[in-house]
Amino acid sequence: MLQIDTWKRVLIWSVCVIGLFMALPNAFYTRVETSNDAKAAIELGVDTPENQAEAAEWPNWLPSSLVNLGLDLRGGAHLLAEVKVEDVYESRMEAMWPEIRDALRDERATVGTIRRQESPPDQIRLRISQPEGMPRALEVVRGLARQVQTLSGVGATDIEARAQGDTIIVQLSEAEKLATDDRTVRQSLEIVRRRIDEVGTREPTIQRQGADRILIQVPGIGSAGELKEIIGTTAQLTFNPVLGRGTDENASVGIGEKLAPSLDEPDVYYTLDSSPVVTGEELVDAQPAFDQNGRPAVSFRFNTSGARKFGDYTLENIGAPFAIVLDDEVISAPVIQSHIPGGSGIITGNFTVEESTNLAVLLRAGALPAELEFLEERTIGPELGQDSIDAGKVATIVAFVAVLAFMGLSYGLFGIFANIALIINVGLLFGLLSLIGATLTLPGIAGIVLTVGMAVDANVLIFERIREELKSAKGPARAIELGYEKALSAILDANVTTFITAVILFAMGSGPVRGFAITLGLGILTSVFTAIFVTRLMIVMWFERRRPKTIEV
Amino acid sequence: MRLKLVPQQTSFDFFSRWKIWLGISGLMMVIAFASFMLQGLNFGIDFRGGTTIRTESTQPIDVGAYREAIAPLELGDVSITEIFDPTFGPDEHVAMIRIQAQEGAEAVSADMITQVGEVLAAADAGLKLPFESVESVGPKVSGELIQTAVIAVVLAIGAVLVYIWLRFEWQFALGAVAALVHDVILTIGIFSELQIRFDLAIIAALLTIVGYSLNDTVVVFDRVRENLRKYKKKDLKEVLNISINETLSRTVMTSVTTLLALISLYVLGGDVIRGFVFAMIWGVIVGTYSSVFVASTILLWLGVKRDWSKPSNTAGNQFANIDA
Repeated sequence: MLQIDTWKRVLIWSVCVIGLFMALPNAFYTRVETSNDAKAAIELGVDTPENQAEAAEWPNWLPSSLVNLGLDLRGGAHLLAEVKVEDVYESRMEAMWPEIRDALRDERATVGTIRRQESPPDQIRLRISQPEGMPRALEVVRGLARQVQTLSGVGATDIEARAQGDTIIVQLSEAEKLATDDRTVRQSLEIVRRRIDEVGTREPTIQRQGADRILIQVPGIGSAGELKEIIGTTAQLTFNPVLGRGTDENASVGIGEKLAPSLDEPDVYYTLDSSPVVTGEELVDAQPAFDQNGRPAVSFRFNTSGARKFGDYTLENIGAPFAIVLDDEVISAPVIQSHIPGGSGIITGNFTVEESTNLAVLLRAGALPAELEFLEERTIGPELGQDSIDAGKVATIVAFVAVLAFMGLSYGLFGIFANIALIINVGLLFGLLSLIGATLTLPGIAGIVLTVGMAVDANVLIFERIREELKSAKGPARAIELGYEKALSAILDANVTTFITAVILFAMGSGPVRGFAITLGLGILTSVFTAIFVTRLMIVMWFERRRPKTIEV
Repeated sequence: MRLKLVPQQTSFDFFSRWKIWLGISGLMMVIAFASFMLQGLNFGIDFRGGTTIRTESTQPIDVGAYREAIAPLELGDVSITEIFDPTFGPDEHVAMIRIQAQEGAEAVSADMITQVGEVLAAADAGLKLPFESVESVGPKVSGELIQTAVIAVVLAIGAVLVYIWLRFEWQFALGAVAALVHDVILTIGIFSELQIRFDLAIIAALLTIVGYSLNDTVVVFDRVRENLRKYKKKDLKEVLNISINETLSRTVMTSVTTLLALISLYVLGGDVIRGFVFAMIWGVIVGTYSSVFVASTILLWLGVKRDWSKPSNTAGNQFANIDA
C-alpha cells in the first residue's frame, strides 16, 4: 500500500541534504563573503597574509556561493543609460569627407569644382560645378562604399549616394546604420566596463538592455551622481587645427568648421576645422603628470599611426595654433613651437590633481563612441539597505514561527511533518537561489514570506483530503494513499497557474520585480517537491514504524 | 485537541442569495472603477517620471520648513510627506520628497540633488547627508514601464484563461477569469480610493494576487470537476455547494496561513514594502471571496456540460485527464 522504493527514498533525502548544504553558506553570510573576496584577491595576485587568513575563514571543501543581495538591500547605485547611437553617424560622415573630397578632386576634369553644402549632421551634401559630370561623380562616390555584412541584405554597402540636381547627397545606408548602432552599443558597454573596472568597485553589473540601452548597477557606491561622473563623460579627445578665436558665441562658421567654447577662459570661442588631425582613439597611454611649472597635467602617447599624423602636422604647421578638444570644449590651444616627432605630449589646462587623474583614467579607458543619456537612476544608501535586511529577517522569522505554530495546532503530528518540510523548503529555496547566483531583493524577501504562507497549501490540501477519506472509514493507510492521490490534481493545477504568473513576471519585469518573480517561481517548485515527496516520505516512514490502527489528522 | 477554524462538516448554502453577492461584487467594482476614473491612482515615479528623495533626520520633521526651503529652487511640483513606522528608532525621522520630472531632462542632475541637500540641511540641522535614497526615472522609461505592466497583467490573465480552458471547460475558464478581473479591479480601486502610492512593485503584487486567487479558484473547481462525475444526478447548484463546503476548511486554512505570513511582513517588514504587502493582504482576502462568490456563481450561471462519460472533442479534453 504505502510503498516508496528505496532508491526514491535515497534520492529524496539526497536532494534535501544537497539543497541544505548549498544553502549553508548563507547562514554565515559575512564570513563567507570576506573569505570569497580574499580568495578572489589572491587569485588576482594580491597574496598578503591578511588575505590568506581571511580566505581560510571558510573551508574550501564547503560550498561558497551566496545569494547576491540586490541594490535595495546592499545599497549602491543603479543607472539605466541610453546610448545616443545617432552621434556616431555624424563622426562617420565627418571622417568620410576628406576621402570623398580627394576622390572627386581627382575627377575635376569631368565634375568641375566641388563645394560642401549645409546639411543635416548625418549627411554630406556637396555641389559640383559641372552637373553634366554627375553620373561620373556618383560613380566615384559609390566606388568608395564598402560592403557590409548583414543577415538580410546581400550586397548592402555602407554608404548611399544620390543626386539631387547638381547636389550629391551622401549618407549611411540603413543596413550600415543598424550595424553601426550595434557596434556603438557594444563599444560603449565595453568602455563603461573598463572605466568601472579602473575605479575598482566590486561585482558591478553591466548589461545591455534592449537595442540601445545599458544597465549599470554598482553596489556599495555612494551615489549615482558619482557613477555618472565616471561613465557619463564621453571623453572624446581630438586635436583640431585652429582657424580663429573670438568672443562671439554666435559667430558664423564656414562649412566644415565648428565653433567650440574654451574650457577655462569665459566667453572665448574658437573656430576649428571640424576634421581632427588626430583623435583620442589613437592614444596608447595617458597618465596624470605635472607640467614644467608644477601644475597638474596629463601626459599622453600616440600609437604609431597617430604619432606619424601628429608629427607630419606639426612639421607642416609650425607657428600655427592647434586645439586640444575634449567633448567639444577646448582645453587649450597652444601654438606649435616645433616639429613633435615622438608622438607623445602633455595636455595642460587649469586642472586640479583629481581632475587630471580622472581625465587620465577616462583617456586610458577610451572614449565613449557616443553620448550616454541617463533615463533612470537610483541610489540606495547602505543604511537603508541594512534596515531593510533587518526588518525582512525579523518579519520572515515571525511569519515562519506563526505558520509553524498554526500548522502544529491544526494538524498535530502531521502538522509537525509539514513544518519540517517547510523548513527544508526554505533551505532548498536558498540553496537554489545561491546555486543559480540569483539576486535577492526586498520584494524577493516578500516572495519568500509568501512562499512560506503558500507552501503549506499543498500540505493542507493533502491533509484535508486525508481527513475526508478517513470519514469514509477506509483504514489509515488507504486514507493516506487516497489523500495524496486525489489531492494531486488540485495541487498541480493550482501551482502551475501560479507558476505561469511568476514566469510572466520574470519575463516582463525588471530589477526588484524580477527578484520577486524568481523567489516566487523557485518557491513554487520547492514547495511542490517538499509537499509531494518529502512529507509523504516522512509520513510513510512514521507509518511503517508505528503501524497505527487509527490516525488523527 | 486540534485547532479547527471550520467545523468538520459544513453545509452552508452559498448560492441562496447569489444575486445579492454578484450585486455586491458588481457594485464594488463600479465604485472601484469610479474612484479610479475620478481621482486616479497615486502613481509613483516608476510610472510618471520624476525623482523621489528619502531623507532621514535626527530631529522631528517640519514639512512646512522643508517646503519653504525647497521652494526657491523652482523645481515645479514638489510633494513632501513624512513617513511613520513602528520599526523606526526614537530619533529616526523619515520624509519622502517627490519632485516632478524636470523639463528637458530624462534623469535628475547631480547638481539638483546637491542643491536640495544644501537647502534642506540649512532648514534641518539633524538632516543626514547623503540622502538615504534617491531614485529618478525619466519620462521615457516611465511610459514604457506602464506599457509593460499593463501587458504583463493582461498576458497573465490570458495565459491563465487558456490553461484553465485546457484543463477544465470554457465555463470554468470564464468563471476564473471573471474572478481575476474582479480582484484586479478591486485592488486598483482600493489603491485609488486610499491614494496609496502605486509603483512597479504593486504590479508584482497584482500578479501575485492573480496567482493566489486563481490557486483558490482552481482548488474549488477541481473539486467541482470531481463531484460532477461523482454525483451525476444532483443539479449543478447542489454540486457546487457540496464542493465549496468540502474545500472550505482548506480555503480558510490556506488563507489564514498566508495572511499570518503577510501580516507579520506588514507590521515588521519596514515601510519600504508596506504598500506592496498591503496589496497582497487585500488581494488574499478579495481572492478568497471571489473564488467562492464570483467564480463559482458565474459557473453556476453559465452552466456546465454534465455528461462526462462521453469525451467531447471541443474543449481540449485530452489535457483534462492526465492525472485526475
